[in-house]
Amino acid sequence: MSPTLLLLLALGLGLAGWLAARARAWTFRRASTSGRLASLPSYHAWYVALWIVLPVLAFVAIWSATAPGLVTQSVLASPAADQLPAFGFQRQTILNEARAVATGASQAVFNPLAREFVEPYREAISRYNWIGIIVTLLIAFLGGAYSFLRLKPDFAARNRVEKIVMAILLGASLVAILTTIGIFASLVFETVRFFGMVSPIDFLFGTHWAPDPMANAANPDPTRYGAIPLFWGTLFIGAIIAMIVAIPLGLMSAIYLTQYANPKVRAWVKPALEILAGVPTVVYGYFAALTIAPAIRDFAVSLGIANASSESALAAGLIMGVMIIPFVSSMADDSIAAVPQAMRDGSLAMGATTNETIRRVIIPAALPGIVAGIMLAISRAIGETMIVVMAASTAANLSANPLESMTTVTVQIVAMLTGEGSFDHPATLSAFALGFVLFMVTLALNFIALRVVKRFREAYE
Amino acid sequence: MNEQIAPTRTPAFEARLKKRYAAEKRFKALGLSAIVFSIAVLIYLLGSMTINGIGGFQRAEMEVPIDFTQAAISVDPQAIEDGTAVQALQAQGLPEVVQYYAVEALGEEGAEELGTQAWRDVAAAIAEDPGLVQRQATFWLPASADLAAGYDGEGSQDMQELASTLASQGKLDEKFDAGFFTRADATNPQQVGIWGALKGSILTMIVTLMLAFPIGVLAALYLEEYAPKNRWTDLIELSINNLAAVPSIIFGLLGLAVFLAIFPSYRSAPLIGGMTLALMTMPVIVIAGRNAIKAVPPSIRDGALAIGASPVQVVFHHVLPLALPGILTGTIIGMARALGETAPLLMIGMRAFVASPPDSFTSPATVLPMQIFLWSDEIDRGFVERTSAAIIVLLAFLLMMNGLAIYLRNKFEKKW
Repeated sequence: MSPTLLLLLALGLGLAGWLAARARAWTFRRASTSGRLASLPSYHAWYVALWIVLPVLAFVAIWSATAPGLVTQSVLASPAADQLPAFGFQRQTILNEARAVATGASQAVFNPLAREFVEPYREAISRYNWIGIIVTLLIAFLGGAYSFLRLKPDFAARNRVEKIVMAILLGASLVAILTTIGIFASLVFETVRFFGMVSPIDFLFGTHWAPDPMANAANPDPTRYGAIPLFWGTLFIGAIIAMIVAIPLGLMSAIYLTQYANPKVRAWVKPALEILAGVPTVVYGYFAALTIAPAIRDFAVSLGIANASSESALAAGLIMGVMIIPFVSSMADDSIAAVPQAMRDGSLAMGATTNETIRRVIIPAALPGIVAGIMLAISRAIGETMIVVMAASTAANLSANPLESMTTVTVQIVAMLTGEGSFDHPATLSAFALGFVLFMVTLALNFIALRVVKRFREAYE
Repeated sequence: MNEQIAPTRTPAFEARLKKRYAAEKRFKALGLSAIVFSIAVLIYLLGSMTINGIGGFQRAEMEVPIDFTQAAISVDPQAIEDGTAVQALQAQGLPEVVQYYAVEALGEEGAEELGTQAWRDVAAAIAEDPGLVQRQATFWLPASADLAAGYDGEGSQDMQELASTLASQGKLDEKFDAGFFTRADATNPQQVGIWGALKGSILTMIVTLMLAFPIGVLAALYLEEYAPKNRWTDLIELSINNLAAVPSIIFGLLGLAVFLAIFPSYRSAPLIGGMTLALMTMPVIVIAGRNAIKAVPPSIRDGALAIGASPVQVVFHHVLPLALPGILTGTIIGMARALGETAPLLMIGMRAFVASPPDSFTSPATVLPMQIFLWSDEIDRGFVERTSAAIIVLLAFLLMMNGLAIYLRNKFEKKW
């Protein structure tokens, strides 16, 4: 039974409970002499509906996570399972094929051995489907019966419903904490496993990056896991090249739009710049790889640089800078707008030209906000994936020449996790260690930027 | 008395002033050129995608007249109903019939370059209109990728010659390919379509919306209306603000390590993709929701409380409806971001080759940006145009969503 159908079933049962409870409350109301209940009928209805839907939802969530495992276990208990190869990739393929046929996802099996398992799978799946449906119905019935029997004319349904609602609200806001914990825990867990195989010193300070997913997992060569070239590539593309493009262009756009442009132009140009920020990064990546990178290579070759690469750091960095322009410009825009008009007027009244006012008064006053915006922009640039995956290369290279190919942390995360390596291999786990470093660095940048903004804002209030 | 100029306007002053005004002009021009450059890049990007992509909505097709009265092909109405008409027609030798007429019309060499699956288009047309088998009909069938390249003036010399011969006879032409919107991924650029990826995107977005919207709105309500000011709520706020700034690929790592560990059999399913993107979208909705809720004036709450509403009623009957337009605007912007997102889905295996549109939330699927990414890796020249065409479709969706958000904002913008 797919989770979708169970969810629909849960909602249907909830609706039934809602209608039944509402009808019940209305009969109370008609029967009572005063025509009044402690709570309105719809609150009785919601009380019963919540008592049905919430437990069922909890069950569906648990069940859809456990049922496939139970099905596989019961298939493995069938006599045919003795012929299966021991643990490993082949065993999994056979089981997956049999499952695909049993669920109707594919027509036939390639592996003759898998045919043996189609029937057991079909039986097990239908058995567990029935168990799932029956337990769902049972839970819904129990919850519904319990709550329905409590309905009385003087039952304070509203207070109960509101208590449940408050609990749901609190739960919803806890999802953010759970997500943060989830990110942190999963990264730390895999990173610790990785550091059990490769020492953190080799990883953080080594200068040679060439993980081999096919090498013996039990005895990895720690000298191949030096991440310095990746950190350098990330910094060079995201924090140097991209910022050389984004900071002047973004800052000058913001200055022009806030200080010079007439409001009508501003009303059109600002949304147009924001389109730049809304273009999906995969489109930028395609643009960089298809149009910009070959153009840069041809240009470099025409200048007589023979070893220019078609996957240059420059192409990825330039396009990333373009993507960041609206981000820098809107942050600068905000902090410039926060500078009190009196400071600007004062400077102009002293006889300064507009650009002197901007350079000597407005920019220094807005500087903390601008710096914070730049830090956020850098954190976005070093976390950016698709542009560098498509336009930079996977070759780790410790070089300051922007025309050479370079790789970044995010490119390597993608490369390590979309390869063939198994989950216990240091090459695969290194992606999590890289992700952990990336997470910590972007978090630190964001945290500092937010603190700077906060302090700056207080200055004028 | 000409020397009696005002003491301040000395020649040195005049020179300085001139310099200062020149600097002013330069500075202004610099600002303008920054904007012009950014807009120019945007126009160049959109323009090059459009010019490339227009061709992607077309494909090279060849004209093949087929006289069904000469071929013993019949249609079983039952087979059409069962959806097995294509197989039934294949069994009756339809591929051979198509091949025979292709040789008649295009010659041996030309018929060779008819796509090997071209007869399927004929079969689909017959299933649509069984009356076809009683008469003569002319079909435009897809040419092979090689011939299509030849038509564009690329590829081998032979193909270019053949293409120009056929084109001059009017038997080879670029035709608008409606099937691009209804087919799924394939290995041949002449046969690919975006419906599979688009449907995957839609299913993924449904899951994302169903999870992120309620959780985001409820969390925003709690934080803005009920949360006591203590260390716990500070922690919640801090984690939401941080989540909004975490790189998207990290969410992919979370999805891989947590969701795929819990649901190993739903690898590359829209369900997992949607759950991962929901975690990414939720903070955006919370932040937009809090701003919208904050904008509702306290007098509304006080008025409702004064006539005896409970705190929950105040929020759900009065505050939420007033804040909803603002929340919706934020939600649409968050969903637009999720729609264009690729990196986290790359981590959870949505990069598989999926040749048929997904039929449920749990079947393997790919999404539109991922399809663009996969096609961009193809070496075949024909895929370049197809990729740009898919990009146009994706950008059209995003512009529509952003336009809707702007419209909603303007329509419901209120001054209290």
